[in-house]
Amino acid sequence: MTQKTLIRRLMILLSFSILAGCSSIEPWVKPYERQNLADPITFFGRDPVADNYMHHVHQARESARGAEGGSGGGCGCN
Amino acid sequence: MVVTSRIISRITSRITRTQLITVAALLFFFSLLSQAAVLPEDRADALYHRYEGGGVVIDGPSILVRKSFKDTISVSANYYVDNVSSASIDVVTTASAYTEKRTEGSIGVDYLRDKTTLSMNYTNSTENDYRASTASFNFSQDFFGDLTTVSAGYSQGWDVVTKRGDANFSKQVKRRQYRMGLSQIITRNSLIGMTWETISDEGFLNNPYRSVRYLDPTSSLGYAYQSELYPGTRTSDAFAVRGMYYLSYRAAIKAEARIFVDTWGVEAKNFELTYTHPLKKSWIFDIKLRHYQQTKADFYNDLFTRIDAQNFLARDKELSTYSDDSISFGVSFDKEVEWGPVDRFSLNFAVDYIQFDYKDFRDLRVQTTPGQEPLYNFDAIVTRMFFSIWY
Repeated sequence: MTQKTLIRRLMILLSFSILAGCSSIEPWVKPYERQNLADPITFFGRDPVADNYMHHVHQARESARGAEGGSGGGCGCN
Repeated sequence: MVVTSRIISRITSRITRTQLITVAALLFFFSLLSQAAVLPEDRADALYHRYEGGGVVIDGPSILVRKSFKDTISVSANYYVDNVSSASIDVVTTASAYTEKRTEGSIGVDYLRDKTTLSMNYTNSTENDYRASTASFNFSQDFFGDLTTVSAGYSQGWDVVTKRGDANFSKQVKRRQYRMGLSQIITRNSLIGMTWETISDEGFLNNPYRSVRYLDPTSSLGYAYQSELYPGTRTSDAFAVRGMYYLSYRAAIKAEARIFVDTWGVEAKNFELTYTHPLKKSWIFDIKLRHYQQTKADFYNDLFTRIDAQNFLARDKELSTYSDDSISFGVSFDKEVEWGPVDRFSLNFAVDYIQFDYKDFRDLRVQTTPGQEPLYNFDAIVTRMFFSIWY
């Protein structure tokens, strides 16, 4: 399987994962159970000013670009 | 009506059917939702950055300020400078060392309504031979009891390429970026995120100064140079997966994997592993390992067999086959204070050591039989020092 095919399949998987949110499954991690996820040490991109700079360093010296990610997380606690 | 259909036809001709289906699915999905999220924190950062490696030194400041109003709008502004002093391998073998300055400014606004955040950003970058403007729009939505965050975005860029010493040289580049992401809390200690982004460039995509070399028996070196020539379009796809796990003794492990492919034949992947360890209440230590590797572009060659050997020509080392490995160490001192409106500050230092190892780009500072020069490699040190306040 080529890398291009893999990216396409992953993109479709991502789309279905997003749509799966329409189902009626109950959230299994309650708000009062998220104190660990609210800890800044868990954040992707804890300091945007430094993370933006490192993305720039990599983009300038590597052909790959995009999907670098950003700050925050999924807990609505950034 | 005819005009409208023409506009729609022009737009749809530039994006793939898969992308259209994805965007339509997302729009339908977002229309079903309406609940709450959180704006980014009010903070200001003053950073000094420095890159040194391969004969290049780039340093300068970056100032980032963010302030929210009435818990619904957050505005941000960034001022960034690169002071470049370059005697890179390309420069010392085909040109003269130079210095230049790049200045970048950006402003952004985030609007929060219930669990939906809409963000817009405009960035302008100026240097003596390149100007770039980018406008971005992003959408994110928290739902499913705030366990899931979905995001989507579009950016468009307009660049103007000029050339020192040639007042008549002016070329344009148009850039488009489409992206979407999903972040999902898995357990009370772990979460995972996926991001996909496609980027399409159109216009003058090569460097107006860079040359390729080809075999020339009449030259004393055995080779001669001609200007490089790239295709006028490039489209790339990248997909990344990130995960985080919180360790019971208050530490965190983060991992990232990304794959990339583009229409120039470059395939790349990178992997990152980060360990974050706090010490007492105020100190946070980060250590990160990163590996990156890529294959060369279809039209790259270190040494072409003759002049005009093919339609497109490149000898940019960033389009060759190579890998780089880095190790990063960071330390932060973070403390809550009562300094008027300031309630917290942090002092931060981080350094990366990167090794670049090229597989088919040769070091022309060594004169020998063309094509037998040693392969090029170099090390770089990247430093960040910054001071942050929260208010």
